[in-house]
Amino acid sequence: MTAATAGPQQVDLREPAGWRRNKNRIMTGLMVLSIILVVIPLGFVLVTVIAKGASSISWSFLTGGPIPSIVAPAGVGGIGPAVLGTIEITALATAIAVPLGILAAVYLNEYGGKSWLAAIIGFMSDVMTGVPSIIMGLFIFSIWVVHRGLAGLSGFAGALALACLMLPIVIRSSYEVLRLVPNALREGSYALGASKARVTVTVVLPAAVSGIVSGSLLAVARAAGETAPLLFCIGAATAANPNVFSGADTALPLQIFANANQPYPGAQDRGWGAALTLIAICFILMIVARLITARFTRYSR
Amino acid sequence: MSAVTGVDPAGPVGSAGSPRSLEHKRPLGDRGFAILALSAGLLVLVILVLIAVTTSQQAASWFSAEGFKIFTNNWNPTPNNAGQYTQLGALAFIYGTAITAVIALIMAVPVSLGIALLLTEVVPRRWARPIVYVVDLLAVVPSVVWGLWGILVFAPWLQHIYTDIAGGVDGVPVLGPLFGQPVSGASFFTAGIILAFMITPIVTSLSREVIATVPAIDKEGAYALGATRWEMIRGAVWPHSQGGVVGAVLLGLGRAMGETIAVALVIGSSPEITSHLFATGYSLPSVIANQFGESSGEFRAALLGMGVILFAFTIIINVLARGAVERNARRKRGA
Repeated sequence: MTAATAGPQQVDLREPAGWRRNKNRIMTGLMVLSIILVVIPLGFVLVTVIAKGASSISWSFLTGGPIPSIVAPAGVGGIGPAVLGTIEITALATAIAVPLGILAAVYLNEYGGKSWLAAIIGFMSDVMTGVPSIIMGLFIFSIWVVHRGLAGLSGFAGALALACLMLPIVIRSSYEVLRLVPNALREGSYALGASKARVTVTVVLPAAVSGIVSGSLLAVARAAGETAPLLFCIGAATAANPNVFSGADTALPLQIFANANQPYPGAQDRGWGAALTLIAICFILMIVARLITARFTRYSR
Repeated sequence: MSAVTGVDPAGPVGSAGSPRSLEHKRPLGDRGFAILALSAGLLVLVILVLIAVTTSQQAASWFSAEGFKIFTNNWNPTPNNAGQYTQLGALAFIYGTAITAVIALIMAVPVSLGIALLLTEVVPRRWARPIVYVVDLLAVVPSVVWGLWGILVFAPWLQHIYTDIAGGVDGVPVLGPLFGQPVSGASFFTAGIILAFMITPIVTSLSREVIATVPAIDKEGAYALGATRWEMIRGAVWPHSQGGVVGAVLLGLGRAMGETIAVALVIGSSPEITSHLFATGYSLPSVIANQFGESSGEFRAALLGMGVILFAFTIIINVLARGAVERNARRKRGA
């Protein structure tokens, strides 16, 4: 063992070739094993969620309401308010974060260039992707909700928290795509006398649009599944609240969280049903993003 | 570079002297758009500063009342007869955060590196893509779904294993205190395993990026000397990507520390410092998530303060991590 690990410097014929070959095989085997170690839990989670969630899924479960109390047996009420809340809040967060994120990426790539300010913003936006999601919830609580009391608890506050979470993800993915837009496109439009803003809006962004959309969809998928930022921001509603700007709201992740640790079988069933719905939403978003990316890369080749 | 220095001073001028800019056929929209883009970029810095400032403000009463006692193992958030909270030390939560993150790293890092090496050095490119998709699926499963599965399916199953292991190591010197006395399926260790699943995608994708930057000439050189693939990885790939892999691992650490909901469900929710990995515990984000709703006054300030501590930790770790990854990328460009 020690002789072989001493490294490639002393690759020589005295060493048994069989052992070196076997070691290589063992290590390759371990790499394959690591894939299996990842696939097993993933498969377990997906199979369990589908097996346990499928039975509660029905049209009335997905759209009906109000959300029953945790002691209610399965089949009573529905999670319609949570589905509506998730869609509203995530859509609003997307409407806030995606334009800002694209603009910031435009600054980083088109205006900032190699300046120190752009370097700092780019670096800090990468750092911001690592800020825990619960901090975003505490942040919106401290800056918005706490000053408004109960009235501050609304879908809008939750959307702000999710937008903070999405912003750096959108910046990073859009920036990577903008970097790939060939300079010849920009130079061609400058030569025609277009201003920089015009070049950016009418030439650069359209060239990058599919990549930006797919990156943004991944950010949306991430945000839609987040619980922690919403915990302190949107309150707890049991009835559907179509007004995202006022009044307490609810969302799918919050319903799963509320039902997960309950001993009541009805609550657990609703938890699994909500989990299946949420996973389906996230996966659909991801698949659409992948399809767009796949199409885009084939096109650009 | 000139674009930036041009934008800043021109901000006020652009609005005051718009007629002049019209003469130059340089529409106001052009300046406006530049300023808009710049402010969107600055928003990132503003948000980060505001996070630090506003949460610290809300937590100020905890910091000032407890001082350095915030780092004691003394947590009992019930007011005394005078209606004051006196036992708000957060050490147990910091300990729980650290221990679960370390367990997660010990399990996730070798697996992630294995996958990253497999993808870059072993399998052909057309196989690599589906594997990447599968690993990324782990990241798409929402945290709360991991928690739901963890507490209702995984933890009850683990409980039997914990009991068996604890029975086996009872009285053994080092192993006994580590793996003895399981309380339930929810524990530091369960949280660590779930965290390992959750951070594997990010550690894998970053290590893969780093490993992909190893120059082909180094690898070919190693092969030309007669190295096997594993010897090539140890001799050519590893020295080159060490720094970047450290960055990837640190990023995984940051993620593991900040992960909230899954941990809140499976860690067992008891603020204790113990060497028993199979015992129930608590972590910074999970105590905030679980108790914030019922908190008020200085109790709430304490929870917000723990958020500030968590924010500080993760910012430091992420700055170090991104620094390491970027140094690696720069060296690649330099080479």
